Amino acid sequence: MKIKPLQILAHIILILGVLLMVVPIWISFASSTHDTVTILTEGMKFNIGEYFSRNYNEVLNEKGGWSEEVTAAKMFINSFIMALGIATLKVTISAMSAYALVYYRFKLAVPIFWLIFITLLVPLEVRIFPTYKIVSDLGLTNSYTGLILPLVASATATFFFRQFYRTIPDELLESAKLDGANSWRFFIDFLVPLSKTMIAAMFIFMFVYGYSQYLWPLIMTTSEKYWTVVMGMKIIFTESYEGVALPRTAERFAYIILSMLPPVLVVVILQKWFIKGLIQTEK
Amino acid sequence: MSFLDLKNVTKIYPNGTKAVHETSLSIDEGEFMVFVGPSGCGKSTLLRMVAGLEDITEGDISLDGKLINQVDPSERDVAMVFQNYALYPHMNVYNNLAYGLKNRGIDKETIEQKVNDAAKLLQISDFLQRKPSMLSGGQRQRVAMGRAIVRNPKIFLFDEPLSNLDAKLRIQMRLEIKKLQQKVGVTSIFVTHDQVEAMTLADRLAVINNGIIEQLGTPIEIYDNPKSLFVAGFIGSPQMNFLDGNIKNKTLSAEGFEIKDIQSDFNGDVILGIRPEHLSQTENGLINLKVDLVEQLGSDNLVYGQLKDKKDFCYRCPGNQTIEKGSNLSLNIENNKYYIFDKSTGKRVN
Repeated sequence: MKIKPLQILAHIILILGVLLMVVPIWISFASSTHDTVTILTEGMKFNIGEYFSRNYNEVLNEKGGWSEEVTAAKMFINSFIMALGIATLKVTISAMSAYALVYYRFKLAVPIFWLIFITLLVPLEVRIFPTYKIVSDLGLTNSYTGLILPLVASATATFFFRQFYRTIPDELLESAKLDGANSWRFFIDFLVPLSKTMIAAMFIFMFVYGYSQYLWPLIMTTSEKYWTVVMGMKIIFTESYEGVALPRTAERFAYIILSMLPPVLVVVILQKWFIKGLIQTEK
Repeated sequence: MSFLDLKNVTKIYPNGTKAVHETSLSIDEGEFMVFVGPSGCGKSTLLRMVAGLEDITEGDISLDGKLINQVDPSERDVAMVFQNYALYPHMNVYNNLAYGLKNRGIDKETIEQKVNDAAKLLQISDFLQRKPSMLSGGQRQRVAMGRAIVRNPKIFLFDEPLSNLDAKLRIQMRLEIKKLQQKVGVTSIFVTHDQVEAMTLADRLAVINNGIIEQLGTPIEIYDNPKSLFVAGFIGSPQMNFLDGNIKNKTLSAEGFEIKDIQSDFNGDVILGIRPEHLSQTENGLINLKVDLVEQLGSDNLVYGQLKDKKDFCYRCPGNQTIEKGSNLSLNIENNKYYIFDKSTGKRVN
């Protein structure tokens, strides 16, 4: 097969893209296996060092934070609970609201849909003070509920589900009706299985979204028990040296690598469905 | 009271379109009724009102002696076969058939037996485990019918179920539907726009136009005795020839010929209808046809041509006659089989 110049160019661009994505991660990983002094004196590393097990062990088990109460492992669990809660509820709620918008033909369905859609323009960061006020009035600061609840409504997912449901032929609903399926059964027996690839794709998006929340957990948690991985990144593994806080760089790199794992795992596990959900529908 | 009764049923859509006008109709138990008409004539709406998928604006529908206007579709005990089959794409054939039974709370063994019986009847036992996407058009059609049969409903509703099949399969499935209906003996309503389908399937036929039943009767009654211009034009293939004419004192004069002593007291402008198959060649016949085109179907020839006034005209003759393009034929109407319609109202006047 003859290789055309254009193909070579295309490959060069692709390879550059891959390097751009992979090299920083590799540097982080390689650096996480050295000790801090080496990194501080010699800069970031490309080769694997010999402190792998020590660094990672410390990261997972050492107590950190201001009051030395929280471990990274605990923060992982917190982040996981938050991301899982956000993703699950976002998918459930938006699938149901899309169901209502598409199948219950009430007069205000379209205006309501646009109202939901407009909330895309008002992300959490914009409404953070009123949100904090409400959550705090409800007494939900320092709780998983408080971490999750303000983030569970999703215009994006509602939009995707709505578009998907609209492609399902009316005859399917009518046929199901004649077969004795009520609204609830139609949702559970038809829409959910038909949109399972869609659900998987949305779940991944929303899991990563929930996992990478920074500002909200930072503001609403005062107890270290509810710290999450992403906010912890700034705070833990700092060493006080003559009154100046110095980062423990090597451990931080290990922490960063570990913090990337949960979303990566979710993507890897669900990616088959994820791709299906993006490119095809089972109809 | 008959099995299914429609009394002055009217459907007006929210946007003001009147789809069905005060239609009354009775269907006997076990009867195969066909609604036929052009698209948008209201035949599907009428069917969907029986199914409960459309609200009834006015009038009453009762099934087996029970008023069902307000009864939920799932409780009407009707089964419907849709044009695109509406099979459940994520369920295999078995579950497609079993779903309606499960929802009715029937126990597993009974469901299994019923599904297997229906599958055997329709010869789909071999692919009970397959998904609908793995089936051919004819097989899907059968599954759709199976889903209707398995519930043992009071009435089958077919909404143009054959229009997605190719010509050969359509004829085959048409036969199978008819056979099956006779075997199972369930009252059926079949909606189609295809007059051949309608003629072959129906015990009785309702020709519908603009939301009104134009004529109701057995296929042969309707073919032999169409009551209006619309029915005459719609039933029969190739279509009936229509010629303008005028009646004065029992004499009909059309362009180029006259018919005397017609059985009508009507005077005025009329349309004369002659079926292509009710003509024969003769010397000095009434009608002179200049042949433009001959379609040889083997058993028959369809001869298309023009009359003196350039009016298009069709004549059907046995396939063994050779007819040259460009020749002139002289034709007579056999046994006075012609139809006269009032030009202004379209009603039959002879």
